[in-house]
Amino acid sequence: MNQPLLVTATQKAGPKITIAVGAVILALLLALPLLSLLSPISVFHVSAYTLTLVGKILCYAIVALALDLVWGYAGLLSLGHGLFFALGGYAMGMYLMRQASGDGLPAFMTFLSWTELPWYWTGTSSFLWAMCLVVLAPGLLALVFGFFAFRSRIKGVYFSIMTQALTFAGMLLFFRNETGFGGNNGFTNFRTILGFGITEPGTRAVLFFATVVLLVASLFIGWRLAQSKFGRVLTALRDAENRLMFCGYDPRGFKLFVWVLSAVLCGLAGALYVPQVGIINPSEMSPTNSIEAAVWVALGGRGTLIGPLLGAGVVNGMKSWFTVAFPEYWLFFLGALFIVVTLYLPKGVIGLLKKRGEQ
Amino acid sequence: MRVTATAEFMLEPAFFPVEPNKDAGTSRDAISHGQRVGPGLDTRHGTILTLEDISVSFDGFRALNNLNLYIGVGELRCIIGPNGAGKTTLMDVITGKTRPSHGKAWFGETLDLTQMSEVQIAQAGIGRKFQKPTVFEALSVFENLELAQKTDKSVWASLRARLTGEQKDRITDVLETIRLTTSVNRPAGLLSHGQKQFLEIGMLLMQDPQLLLLDEPVAGMTDAETEFTAELFKSLAGKHSLMVVEHDMGFVGSIADHVTVLHQGSVLAEGSLEQVQENERVIEVYLGR
Repeated sequence: MNQPLLVTATQKAGPKITIAVGAVILALLLALPLLSLLSPISVFHVSAYTLTLVGKILCYAIVALALDLVWGYAGLLSLGHGLFFALGGYAMGMYLMRQASGDGLPAFMTFLSWTELPWYWTGTSSFLWAMCLVVLAPGLLALVFGFFAFRSRIKGVYFSIMTQALTFAGMLLFFRNETGFGGNNGFTNFRTILGFGITEPGTRAVLFFATVVLLVASLFIGWRLAQSKFGRVLTALRDAENRLMFCGYDPRGFKLFVWVLSAVLCGLAGALYVPQVGIINPSEMSPTNSIEAAVWVALGGRGTLIGPLLGAGVVNGMKSWFTVAFPEYWLFFLGALFIVVTLYLPKGVIGLLKKRGEQ
Repeated sequence: MRVTATAEFMLEPAFFPVEPNKDAGTSRDAISHGQRVGPGLDTRHGTILTLEDISVSFDGFRALNNLNLYIGVGELRCIIGPNGAGKTTLMDVITGKTRPSHGKAWFGETLDLTQMSEVQIAQAGIGRKFQKPTVFEALSVFENLELAQKTDKSVWASLRARLTGEQKDRITDVLETIRLTTSVNRPAGLLSHGQKQFLEIGMLLMQDPQLLLLDEPVAGMTDAETEFTAELFKSLAGKHSLMVVEHDMGFVGSIADHVTVLHQGSVLAEGSLEQVQENERVIEVYLGR
């Protein structure tokens, strides 16, 4: 009755099948890091490359889920979620740079002949504080931006343009050497995390495992939200904001809550992405990255939670194949994909599956 | 669309003799002894809404011009008037969507509507039905009513909300009242135009406001539905105060005994429908152009 598309879709396909498919995927994801620990001679060995690639895609899937919460449910299309992702990544990167440089300054600062750390690097050698920054940096930025945007009742395409401008501004800021985040090279050459070598198979396996846990947790939070009255208020807000106001709900609080939650999830995803991929630079804030995230959500199916995960997996899987096979055609393909989805799959892949299930 | 349609509707009273209203006087009598006065709302003088000297101008155009209007507790008041008379602007002022450039607007004796936000006004107990039926299309009929329900509407409360048995009963009651029991699980977007109108009225009932503002509630309804709506409104008067903006004179005649005619942003005439229809100035305004 009052259930999100996710639940109705699973009911249509038969709950048993869906639960079985979900369980198999989860089991595979949990097995992957264990298999990577096997000796390289074994047939079941999973290479570090594969593990990193899948881990990276899972981080993107979390971003897609976070974007679905604000776009699919609350109707706020953000074209700047890459910024929150990158901020989380940079916060983690600061810690990793401090780990790599020991008592000295991070290499890029010595290169700029700086003699002391800028004030905002204070405490970043502590893992705990870095984790706080991972949450606080995207969370506070989203809070301040959202507070003013929602207070001024900015919505629709204006909201999208402003988020796009925000991430672009962030990118330009981080490109500058003076900002103190390594300029266009960003952070790289990480060595250890919590004292463990960052390229050790064990560390990689744990990071991957943490990513799976975060993904499942985000999915659970999203699902609970969608099922709650809060989720229904968001849907109502998307469809008839005026009606909702005259029912006595203040839309600002609802938008702000889901917006900040979404930004924090992106930040956490970014923080897990950086140690797995081994680099973070301002190009993560480039507007195209954020637009790509919107494509994942649209392809999978807005407002379905599962759909965006699927979309992120499919698009990124294809991307890694395409960029090896026909590198110069990837962007054309991505554009074509977006057009096809908009024209023929308004409800995404999940919508298509649901339709099949009904027939 | 509204502009062309209303010009013809407005001529109706001159052509159609209105049936004598057998309930004449009952809802007027409800003033000052209406029971439905919510906690915190002070209506000791029997007026639920007091508008004094309200003016609104848009770029020099005066949509409302020193308008005075009083609505009694439990009263059912119809507002009529030609296009551009300021009927919708009047509703906007009451619900906080538009701020008057001067004048006073009081809800009860103590709440100054000109100082309150739209959300605060809605929470204080003024419900509004839009001209175009506005429901939450992606949600089911049940969920629409659930959201409208009078309860704590903060973010935290919504995150933890669970329906109590009492609340479910209330929703069931309203579903029966608006005759949508069989469509309870349908998405509201799939309802017919008339059903959407009823759903929106049902949402107002769930909200349990002291004052209901209804903008053309029977537009697009069949004759049977219109008749049913008239019955519904008459049963609501007394418990709630209603302000109905309507062009359908037959409908106005069947529900209201007290009618206010707006013209160029101020009150032209007030009284029973018969009195108003005999008023020289009203005839002139309606037919003179």
